[in-house]
Amino acid sequence: MKRYLLAAIASAVSMFGIVQTTVAQDAPKSITIATEGAYAPWNFTTADGKLDGLEIELANDLCSRMKIQCTIVAQDWEGLIPSLTVGKFDVIMASMFITPKRLETIDFTQPYAVDPSGFAVAKDSELGKLGVSAEKFKLEDEAASAEAIDKLKPLLKGKVIGVQAATTNLEFVKKYFGDTVEIREYKTTEQHDLDLAAGRIDGLFAQQTALAATLAAPDFSDFTLAGPGFVGGMFGLGTGAGLRKEDTKLKEMLNTAIDEAIADGTIKRISEKWVNTDVTPVK
Amino acid sequence: MIDLAFFFEIIPALLAGLPLTLQLAGSSIGIGFVLALTLALAQQGNHRILVWPIRTFVAVFRGTPLLVQMFLIYYGLGQFRPSLQAIGLWWLFREPYWCAIFALSLNTAAYGSEILRGAIQGVPRGLVETATAFGMSRLLTLRLVVLPLAFRQAIPGYSNEIILMVKGTSLASIITLMEVTGIAQGLISQTYRAVEVFVAAGAIYLTLNFTMISALNALEAWLTPYRVRD
Repeated sequence: MKRYLLAAIASAVSMFGIVQTTVAQDAPKSITIATEGAYAPWNFTTADGKLDGLEIELANDLCSRMKIQCTIVAQDWEGLIPSLTVGKFDVIMASMFITPKRLETIDFTQPYAVDPSGFAVAKDSELGKLGVSAEKFKLEDEAASAEAIDKLKPLLKGKVIGVQAATTNLEFVKKYFGDTVEIREYKTTEQHDLDLAAGRIDGLFAQQTALAATLAAPDFSDFTLAGPGFVGGMFGLGTGAGLRKEDTKLKEMLNTAIDEAIADGTIKRISEKWVNTDVTPVK
Repeated sequence: MIDLAFFFEIIPALLAGLPLTLQLAGSSIGIGFVLALTLALAQQGNHRILVWPIRTFVAVFRGTPLLVQMFLIYYGLGQFRPSLQAIGLWWLFREPYWCAIFALSLNTAAYGSEILRGAIQGVPRGLVETATAFGMSRLLTLRLVVLPLAFRQAIPGYSNEIILMVKGTSLASIITLMEVTGIAQGLISQTYRAVEVFVAAGAIYLTLNFTMISALNALEAWLTPYRVRD
């Protein structure tokens, strides 16, 4: 008898759970947004300890559009998704690509930026002499991108390439250049920048806007962006704000705010200010 | 909930990092011990000119976190590349592997030298005086009387240090070396399952250190046959 009673309670509880999730969620009054704080110019920590960058400005803009209180915190890159899922904060805005793999664990808003990834190497290296090309290859266009990758391979043979750990950029280099280059994994892009300047590694693979910002510093005058940019495929739909799957109301609010920010040119203005190019996603 | 199938799937991936963990621990414990013994012996003579630099070295390396030491040796020295190239040491500091061994060895040498210094000073004076009375030279006394006793006394303290070093290798992943912890973090970023991965990585360190402790206990028992523990 007792067992039946327990089963009845369990099923009642689970039904209640189902009912609850289908009820429309209330709009949150305040949220916490996490960023990495080490990925200039997208998000970084200033000398006096404040967070700043494209995504900080965009986050504040989106929050004022949604009329909710936002707190922005910094969290190590590798801990962002695990901390989001256990509820340490509500939103990730850390130049995170919306990839199929991440979508298995968390949800994303629509992209607020699309930014290709590429290589940076020494100007006098074989690839460096080729210089940067404005071409962007969509990985889902397999024939064209395979050709572009095959062109890069001989120029990169045996080079040591620094990539940030736990990123889509790392997965890309492992998958397409794993047999060509030696990969070094770094906790932050700031660290691989230091090692490029120190001459421990021959090149970097990262988002082109972030690389361009690094190379603008005087220590990097011998280095250049090189080769084409890569988007799509494993890089996903672009850069979006990550959130828990159950926070559907918040997702709706953020999507509306991003729509507005795209429509009135805010994203274009902010991105030109921080990364000298327009990263607004094309709808 | 811990997913057992997943658990057994990640163990081999993590074990791929074990050789590097063992290399880092083994080399730094070995180099560190030689350095520690040298520093401990150098302090026995009480020559100021020897003792003060050693005390400073020990104070600096015991007083700062290993993480900071590793950062300074790797990223810090990386910024002095022209000077290091000029003195022909850049090949050493260019590679993260040597930087990690360098940092770990100096760190364990600082702690180890204090353990050995205490153990050497703990050898009863009477024994040393007896040896001298028998006409043994200082070197012979050291080799036959002082060091065997000191090593035996130092084992419990030094085994602590060895275990700390094995765990200290986990910091090498911050300077791009993919040992067990580095691989664990990579796996978490691919699977977002922190509990299983860290439990598995923890189990590897536990097994490693348990083996080490058993070996050191056996060594201690062998060196102290009159004091068998039961």
